Amino acid sequence: MSTATAGAHDGPPESGVNYLNASYGIKSWLLTTDHKRIGLLYLVSVTFMFLVGGLAAVVMRLHLVEPQGALLEPETYNKFFTMHGIIMVFFFTIPAVPATLGNFLIPIMIGARDVAFPKLNLLSWYVFIVGAIITLGAILSGGVDTGWTFYPPYSSLYSQSHVAAVAIGVFITGFSSILTGLNFIVTIHKMRAPGMTWFRMPLFIWASYATSLIAVLGTPVVAITIVLLGLERLLHVGIFDPAVGGDPLLFQHMFWFYSHPAVYIMILPPMGVVSELITAFSRKRVFGYSFVAMSSLAIAVISFVVWGHHMFVTGQSIYAGLVFSVLSFMVAIPSAIKIFNWTATLYKGSISYEAPMLYAMGFIGLFTMGGLTGLFLAALATDVHLNGTYFIVAHFHYVMVGGAVIAYLGGIHFWWPKITGRLYPERWARLAALLVFVGFNLTFFPQFLMGYMGMPRRYAVYPAEFQVLNVLSSAGASVLGVGYFIPLIYLIWSLRYGKPAGPNPWGAKGLEWTIASPPPTENFLTPPVVEEAYNYSGTGGSHD
Amino acid sequence: MTEAAAHGAHPPGFAHQFEDMQQQREAGNLGMWVFLVTEILFFGGMFTAYIVYRLLHYESFVTGSHLLEVKFGATNTYVLICSSLTMALAIRSAQTGKRKGQIIFWLILTMIFGALFLGLKFTFEWRHDYIEHIVPGFGFQYRPEWGSLGPGVQMFMCFYFFMTGMHAVHMIVGLGILTVLVIMTARNKFSPGYYAPLEISGLYWHFVDIVWIFLFALLYLIGGRY
Repeated sequence: MSTATAGAHDGPPESGVNYLNASYGIKSWLLTTDHKRIGLLYLVSVTFMFLVGGLAAVVMRLHLVEPQGALLEPETYNKFFTMHGIIMVFFFTIPAVPATLGNFLIPIMIGARDVAFPKLNLLSWYVFIVGAIITLGAILSGGVDTGWTFYPPYSSLYSQSHVAAVAIGVFITGFSSILTGLNFIVTIHKMRAPGMTWFRMPLFIWASYATSLIAVLGTPVVAITIVLLGLERLLHVGIFDPAVGGDPLLFQHMFWFYSHPAVYIMILPPMGVVSELITAFSRKRVFGYSFVAMSSLAIAVISFVVWGHHMFVTGQSIYAGLVFSVLSFMVAIPSAIKIFNWTATLYKGSISYEAPMLYAMGFIGLFTMGGLTGLFLAALATDVHLNGTYFIVAHFHYVMVGGAVIAYLGGIHFWWPKITGRLYPERWARLAALLVFVGFNLTFFPQFLMGYMGMPRRYAVYPAEFQVLNVLSSAGASVLGVGYFIPLIYLIWSLRYGKPAGPNPWGAKGLEWTIASPPPTENFLTPPVVEEAYNYSGTGGSHD
Repeated sequence: MTEAAAHGAHPPGFAHQFEDMQQQREAGNLGMWVFLVTEILFFGGMFTAYIVYRLLHYESFVTGSHLLEVKFGATNTYVLICSSLTMALAIRSAQTGKRKGQIIFWLILTMIFGALFLGLKFTFEWRHDYIEHIVPGFGFQYRPEWGSLGPGVQMFMCFYFFMTGMHAVHMIVGLGILTVLVIMTARNKFSPGYYAPLEISGLYWHFVDIVWIFLFALLYLIGGRY
């Protein structure tokens, strides 16, 4: 990534003082302003939320083994898919990479001691926790059945479930996202080390910057939309009630104005992670650096003008539909730029297949699938057929799980030695990476077929002809579950029994690999000076 | 390195993560501007919804606009503009190194104007609306002269209370910030070399002021009354 000269290798030895052993006790964690510790607080929190959201998915997949439903009443099934969606979207995938890896890595990667506003950073974690507790409380006390999209008038007038409480939880969590985004934008603008020019920044930083822009511009709009919905539910004045002149479509417009860009909040940071993984394990400067960097910004900009493709069949004007369709196709361009450049980076690279690289390769394949099937949905005519079916479910899981979650796992493995100072067991990790890949495809590929054949999403029962595909999908989910569970075990195991990692176990470039593992509290004992980005020439790794 | 200089001197208000005061000041300012952008989007969502519904229910919204008393809105606009002036004067006093008594004087005057705004809004204007039965959810009554426009008028009033209510929440937060600033000034935290909290709080206060200007125009003045 970059070459540091001053103060490059003067970190303390492995036995020295680092951010993990600088102070002890629960208070030293709950009151910390160290970005690295806050990153770990987020890691624990989002992992817990992932387990809760995953549990809901397990119940759903078990239920769908039989056409008439094996486990739940239809009303309960509605609550389970809603809970799965809300937790996985707002409490896992949106914060996962930015708040854990981003918090840990952004200041180190740009050569800073901390983020610009460390106390605000801690506050955003507390805001997240408050939002999570309110949401989980509402779910435990009866749940919500509107789907994660809260569409009125069902959510405002008819639903008997805890819509308001969950909406408040999501509203509060939004501010965590805003504060983190604000912190990152200012940090990246103002805290870069000498020589760390914009075009020497690691691509993960570019991706995080683009993500933060989206979070800061989009989240306030969904916040106000949720407040309007709450107001409507409390006072019944008809803001979204067509009977008295309100417009439910306005809710959808405002909701998707955020929630479509939010898709890119979920996928851009993982793309940044993949850029780092590909270049590190090809031992080669990433191909077309500035194109990859700019494509992140391009995705952020375009993401704000495509929301109408969620509403092709809602009665939105056909001309608006045409424009949204064309604009949605345009997202494919910067996405493809990334895919092609990663592939070109592999060309003549000195590739090795450690677990993070397996995840990165998996990402490229699965995200390509997710992206290309997105084009089916961006096309007006095919969307009419596919809208509201399992095809959509499969499409966004290929992006959100096949893309975001897999890259997140890859990133966690890649930086685990830096975060903890310990190596994870490589064989187990490769096995888990393969299980995740196989399990994922077995879970979601059949859903493309069911969707294409017309099985609607969110239904608790289905015609018997879809049973084979549903059973395959549920079988895949159990493989996927095992694939998630193994890393949880061995990563915790490695905290105590893993081999000491040393500062740079991968031979990767970048400021984070020039300091000790785990890093000292102040990151750099002397401020680094950066001369070049991704300088893999002359390290003996490249073939040419 | 600048770091050594900064660490050696430890200027008041200096935070450890920065290299020097200049960087800290720029970061603080940029942070507040980014925050204000999020605020623009936050209010922007409301303004968009309001404008969409105004176009859908034009007659009702004009009728609703005419229910509002311009004299309240105009007085409050005047009060808020005065508060922005006194806020700017407080920052100016800190910048030019005036006595802390002078900074506190301007800050407290700003708070008085802010409180006056809220006082007028709650005790006169909203009370007046309540007596007139035009508060949605709290004894709202359709009037015969509205005819079929009733639901639209109610929706207008809903937006009116929602938008001005959100604005009032921001004013209350602003008063809290001003209280903290008064305490900080009294404890000699500020000097011509360090007055960043005053400066960025000023940005916030002016922003809340500008939002009101838009609210006043879009809620009270629009609709061909004059």
